[in-house]
Amino acid sequence: MKPYFIALQAIVTREALRFIQQRGRFIAALVRPLVWLFVFAAGFRAALGLSITPPYQTYIQYETYIVPGLCGMIMLFNGMQSSLSLVYDREMGSMRLLLTAPLPRWWLLFCRLLGSTIISIAQVYTFLLIADLYGLRWPTLGYLTVLPALILTGLMLGALGLALSSFIKQLENFAGVMNFVIFPMFFLSSALYPLWKMAESSELLHDICAVNPFTHGVELIRFALHQQINLQSTLWVLLATLCFGALAIWGYDPARGMKRPRG
Amino acid sequence: MPLLSNITKTTALALCLALPFSHAQAEEIWISNEKDDTISVIDVATLEVVRTIETGERPRGITFSHDHKVLYICASDSDAVQVMDPETGKILHDLPSGEDPEQFVLHPDNRHLYIANEDDAITTVVDVETRKVVAQIDVGIEPEGMAVSPDGKYAITTSETTNMTHWIDTETQELVANTLVDSRPRHAEFAAGGSELWVSAEIGGTLSVFDVESKAEKAKIEFEVQGVHPDRVQPVGFEFTGDEKTAFVALGPSNHVAVVNAETFEVEEYILVGRRVWHMAFNTDKSLLFTTNGVSGDVTVIDVAERAAVKTIKVGRFPWGAALRP
Repeated sequence: MKPYFIALQAIVTREALRFIQQRGRFIAALVRPLVWLFVFAAGFRAALGLSITPPYQTYIQYETYIVPGLCGMIMLFNGMQSSLSLVYDREMGSMRLLLTAPLPRWWLLFCRLLGSTIISIAQVYTFLLIADLYGLRWPTLGYLTVLPALILTGLMLGALGLALSSFIKQLENFAGVMNFVIFPMFFLSSALYPLWKMAESSELLHDICAVNPFTHGVELIRFALHQQINLQSTLWVLLATLCFGALAIWGYDPARGMKRPRG
Repeated sequence: MPLLSNITKTTALALCLALPFSHAQAEEIWISNEKDDTISVIDVATLEVVRTIETGERPRGITFSHDHKVLYICASDSDAVQVMDPETGKILHDLPSGEDPEQFVLHPDNRHLYIANEDDAITTVVDVETRKVVAQIDVGIEPEGMAVSPDGKYAITTSETTNMTHWIDTETQELVANTLVDSRPRHAEFAAGGSELWVSAEIGGTLSVFDVESKAEKAKIEFEVQGVHPDRVQPVGFEFTGDEKTAFVALGPSNHVAVVNAETFEVEEYILVGRRVWHMAFNTDKSLLFTTNGVSGDVTVIDVAERAAVKTIKVGRFPWGAALRP
């Protein structure tokens, strides 16, 4: 088992080092949700009335509603960022070097996935700390019970990034990921509005949101912050993680001839 | 320290859930539902509605006798003050209340009920033992808010249209003073051991504090809720914590309760509750506050130490008054 852990340690450390060296990335990862929280949510505070829906037991301000969605947003962007760096690694040849290691490919990809999830979680906790200083607090235990939800959601979104990276041929194509993956996933979810609110305007939009795995990641985080388990969302996220993971393994399958940059 | 305060909150809530089981009689909060003609009874231990009792038409003000053996209900559209046995929920009898009774207050002697008759511009004094009207005192138009000083010397009526606080000498049952307040005074309470009188003005959006000795205004409290138009900030009911150092003020359609420092008269915090909050009642140890939210038809429970809403409980349509049954 030792080589497995050496690989795990090496890959996770590399991810962490890369993240620490890119201070701009860390700041950007925090600024994005904070702008949503301090500007967008504050502006909509009075405009959007929220009824009491589980896991909440009383009326809440919009800022309180939006925080789990912004935690999801951090993880979504981080997952995609990680996919971007995979494309870069492949262009630079370091990915090829990694995949030649005498270990199963799925393990190497999992290590990579875990590394990016740990980075995501560190970002989310920093964001929650700033939200706490702003006066948005959850039950103390909630900060602990949210951890498994963050791990699961991080793995799901990381796996999605991994799967996407196996199909993206060039770094320049990443803009397409932004337009066709990140934005639809974020806006067509329960991150900004509760699903019942979405149903008021369009049943179709509601149904799309309801099958969006990102919605379930956000709901998993929302319930976990209140020390509750949303079983449906848990199963949905697990299923999506398995599907995205399988797609990534298939995408990086050497028999398929891992897509090479042309030219 | 947020972390510490959260731990305190968790502990307090756990205690709240555990403590009542040691009592034979569970603590209850009784809520009058104006549109349903009912009373919803909330168990303080479980924070759930355990009973719904029918009353006369349009129940608004409710209060228990000091020994909690009977409940008095202002059944406004039945033009009666009903007396209910809280054990059985049966109406024992009606008291002669005058027309359209809205709010009332029970004198410390546990015998004289001072009732505001909104349509008649009078305050009716009823002896609850003989069930007879002792006096009827002319006050301003649309009397509503009622209070009695802790020593029982003064009864107060506020009139919504005249914008006045009327001071009634309970010995002679006569008006001894009238003081102007801001537009539409809705509620009055004595504070600081009976040396201050606080009166809320719904349209004026203020809370006036009077010195009882001189009957002069000593402070005026104003409110400002972030993101809410000032017209919607309408103070109505309010209650004081056990040490009388803090007041919780219901701000009507702003959907917030203000936390006011009763020594400096400064607003320290605003708590989000249900829609159109009007009145409230504490539990016995004053650790929880229950607010009636008329439009949303629910009651929000506030953790007093944490100054945070912890739960909102669905009751009947248009909940109005609240009273504690220990």
